[in-house]
Amino acid sequence: MHEPTITLTNVSKKYVRQQALAPLDLSLDHNGIVGLIGPNGSGKSTLLKLMAGLAQPTTGSITLAGKKITRRASEHIAFLAEIDSLYSSHTVKEAIQFFDGATTDFSREKAEEMLDKLKVDLHQKIRRLSKGNRARVKLVLTLSRNVPILLMDEPLSGLDPLVREDILKMIVSYVDVEKQMVILSTHEVSEVEPFLDYVIFMKSGSVLLNEKVETLREERRINLVEVMREVLQ
Amino acid sequence: MSLHFDHNRPIYIQLMEHFYRKICRNELKAGDKLPSVRETAVEAGVNPNTVSRTYMEMEREAVVVSKRGQGTFVTEDQSVIQQLKETTAEQQMDVFLTTMKQIGFSEKEILDLIQKRLSALENGGDSNA
Repeated sequence: MHEPTITLTNVSKKYVRQQALAPLDLSLDHNGIVGLIGPNGSGKSTLLKLMAGLAQPTTGSITLAGKKITRRASEHIAFLAEIDSLYSSHTVKEAIQFFDGATTDFSREKAEEMLDKLKVDLHQKIRRLSKGNRARVKLVLTLSRNVPILLMDEPLSGLDPLVREDILKMIVSYVDVEKQMVILSTHEVSEVEPFLDYVIFMKSGSVLLNEKVETLREERRINLVEVMREVLQ
Repeated sequence: MSLHFDHNRPIYIQLMEHFYRKICRNELKAGDKLPSVRETAVEAGVNPNTVSRTYMEMEREAVVVSKRGQGTFVTEDQSVIQQLKETTAEQQMDVFLTTMKQIGFSEKEILDLIQKRLSALENGGDSNA
């Protein structure tokens, strides 16, 4: 089976004086949902941006299926930014058209079907949407791309519990876990735990653990919150 | 409706128990079709891979049968369902008996207490059931 493989070799990132990522090696070659977990400032966003080709590593190299990752990685990787990334003057429908034009693998039918299920009005302006609906629209636009890798930077942050549940259920409903890999960063460990296949714990720019969640439960008989306490202490 | 899971135990096992209970209660009858993997994942609030594993384990234990291109069905074999009920009941009784012995009751006392409790419940006295 074809699997998307992201390989990081000796990758580090320095912003002026701040070391955002220590040199690290990491290989991701499994489909399914991966939780990237760690406290604020641990390097989660930096790692995702490097994998998406949106930032350049200071040292080392990152490859996707053997090819070096550049800005053009967006052909195979969808990226959900934490910041507001939609034009506020667009209507929802125009935002869909914009994404459809900007990417080659976008499914408009899928986007409209999802938004219909979520009861989001396509003619509403982005700026008039509630925060929860803006988050839903952003997620729909990401999930409507037919790409092997979806990177989501803090898709749950700042949202109320009902919207967060909606977002997690949408990911489960629309991601093909046998063919796609989703990496989502969060610090809401217990909330995402049942949805994860794999977990990566980060602290101070280093990856401390990269493991299958079910293995952790079977071998250590403890939950992710406890694992996190052990690993991050 | 999301199910509540004990995060210290593998979720696929807890999901199996959830289905087995439904089958024991006859909420899922012999030959009934199970929801698709994705439907169950969304309903229970878990990863679809976890649900696949649950379905595979239940199939290995012959409680469900998967038919190519059609889905997963509860077995039509009544003896398997009867066996499942008995095993589930035994497990529950073992847990109960262990607890009762730990708090110092003899087997005779346990039996008496059960009978007392059952007749009290029958008379509608206390409804903890």
